Amino acid sequence: MNGILRNTHIKTVGLLIGLVLAFMMIILSVVLGYTDTTLAMAIEAYTAFNGSNEHLIIQLSRVPRALVGMAVGISLGIAGVLMQALTRNPIASPDIFGVNAGAGFFIVFGVTFLGITPVQQFMWIGFLGAAVASGLAYLLGSAGKGGLTPVKLTLAGAVMAALFASLTQGMLVTNEKALDEVLFWLAGSVEGRKLSMLATVMPALLIAWVISILLSRQLNAFALGEDVAVSLGQKTILFKFLAALMVILLAGGSVAIAGPISFIGIVVPHFARYLVGNDHRWVVPFSALTGGIMLVAADIGARYIIMPEEAPVGVVTALIGTPFFIYIVRKGIFQK
Amino acid sequence: MKKYWVIQRKSYSYLIDKKTTLALVLMAFVALFLMLISIGVGEMYIAPLDVLRALTGSGIDMNQLIVMEFRLPRVLVAFIAGASLALSGAILQGVIRNPLASPDMIGITGGAGFAAVSFLTMFSDDSNNLIMSINYLPAFAFIGATIVAFLIYGLAWKDGVTPIRLILIGIGLMALFQALTTLMMLMGPIYRASQATIWLTGTVYGTSWKEVKAMLPWFVIMIPVLILLVRRLNIQVFGDDLTKGAGIAVHRERFMLLMACTALAGSAVAFAGAMGFVGLIGPHIARRISGSSFGGLFPASALIGGIMVVLADLAGRTLFSPLEVPAGVFTAAIGAPYFIYLLFKNQ
Repeated sequence: MNGILRNTHIKTVGLLIGLVLAFMMIILSVVLGYTDTTLAMAIEAYTAFNGSNEHLIIQLSRVPRALVGMAVGISLGIAGVLMQALTRNPIASPDIFGVNAGAGFFIVFGVTFLGITPVQQFMWIGFLGAAVASGLAYLLGSAGKGGLTPVKLTLAGAVMAALFASLTQGMLVTNEKALDEVLFWLAGSVEGRKLSMLATVMPALLIAWVISILLSRQLNAFALGEDVAVSLGQKTILFKFLAALMVILLAGGSVAIAGPISFIGIVVPHFARYLVGNDHRWVVPFSALTGGIMLVAADIGARYIIMPEEAPVGVVTALIGTPFFIYIVRKGIFQK
Repeated sequence: MKKYWVIQRKSYSYLIDKKTTLALVLMAFVALFLMLISIGVGEMYIAPLDVLRALTGSGIDMNQLIVMEFRLPRVLVAFIAGASLALSGAILQGVIRNPLASPDMIGITGGAGFAAVSFLTMFSDDSNNLIMSINYLPAFAFIGATIVAFLIYGLAWKDGVTPIRLILIGIGLMALFQALTTLMMLMGPIYRASQATIWLTGTVYGTSWKEVKAMLPWFVIMIPVLILLVRRLNIQVFGDDLTKGAGIAVHRERFMLLMACTALAGSAVAFAGAMGFVGLIGPHIARRISGSSFGGLFPASALIGGIMVVLADLAGRTLFSPLEVPAGVFTAAIGAPYFIYLLFKNQ
């Protein structure tokens, strides 16, 4: 399959345009919102800080959330590509496979029973939960007759998600204080995250981004089928392990800072493939940029839906993502 | 001696294994026994015999009051909700031809949940009082479930509806409604959010005769409908080609079956909340007892589903007392491992 951007030059230009767009989105995200601010103010907040409300909001709220949104969007985009390629399942993504719900369960468990409050601690539990949930979904989906078919894996993921969700609810029922603390997190949001939180996960995310880009050649070989990949000299088991590890890092890291944000992981890779075709060396960077742009854009939108209150960005991505998801399903990739 | 009992008329035929019938009778006794125990156990323990006396109206006044006014309606609602959910799951698994399908997995329960939470949020005034009677909540939940069922069906339609499209669209819609539910919870006050969480987990806490009266008609109406549906489902299982070959309008039938499934799940969810995994696991356990012919599977599913929820409610009331844990936590805690076992067993 070829995308609409055909040759390498145009793709490179496209990538540059994407970079510019991403940068513009960050600026828009800093400037737009309930409190009126301008670009000049944003710059002054760092060059000539005067302690005014606007400057404080820019430094403590707007800039962190723009950067967190970008980082999480990029990670979810890449995680989606990796999962879809690994499972050869066009609707694979961290949320459909229950990875987000798993991380949510572990975090609520931590808050309720272990009394964990600083949000920094969420991260490690989030990682653990994401790893356990994705491992389980993979294991379940591959059990039974006929091995791992896309539909089976999807169902196994949905069941795990349902299990974790009801256990999470069970814990929240008995603990109203915890509910208050984690409710906004459970909806998926990049609001109110501190830069220090991003700094804790960033190394893991950065490493995963780089390794994913390095893996993209291998993804191309793997996409031809495992037998072909082996005959092309790929160490398939090592590759699968590495790719799965990247998914856990990316999805776990994202969910730990921003909570479960749905549909970015499904939608973005499709859009990237539409642009550049099936070559993963291009799909991975394009998905990364599209993911970042989309999430920051959705976050800007989230400020306006129920103004003056804010909707969590996870709700906005679900609103945009569901129609697209239905479109993919209707296109009939799953005839068998 | 024949192996089956068959009732056959022009418009329906009902076939049931003789061995299954025996098992069903046994299960019915188990169910009754469990309900008896469950009525007796609680803050004030009442011995099974005294419960029987109270039920027949010859017990002491105190027992009479506790049993008839508080415990009996609750146990009945639990049983009916469980039975409805398991039946709904049995129908859905037949229609979708996939043993992993269930009403909570494809968003029908999710739609009901969203409607219920919206109700709690939108009809709260500033001081947290509901401006509409809570009695309307079940109606909202039921409407929510129905709307989602139509949505799933409509969106999956493309020269007819294939089972796989149904379930995938359902999973997508479930995610959407979960997000919308969270949004609604955030918009309302925290007190409502915690009320909504309890409902979303599934509980039969505080039910009275009113709920029983509202639920029972649905359940009773569905019995003849199910009897009519038995032979249609029996053939749907063999695939679209064979069903068409037998002269059945596949898509119209599928629509009818989906509506029956929604009516059952909707009424259960409306009164007992989004009780998870009963619709998924109930039919599986039932199938081991009755085989997969729907004549036996329907009553078996109903009994197993009912028993599951009665047990879960009993556990929720006693295990962590004085804390009451919603029954839905236990159905999930039992259901999920069993589901995992099912997946591995087929290996």
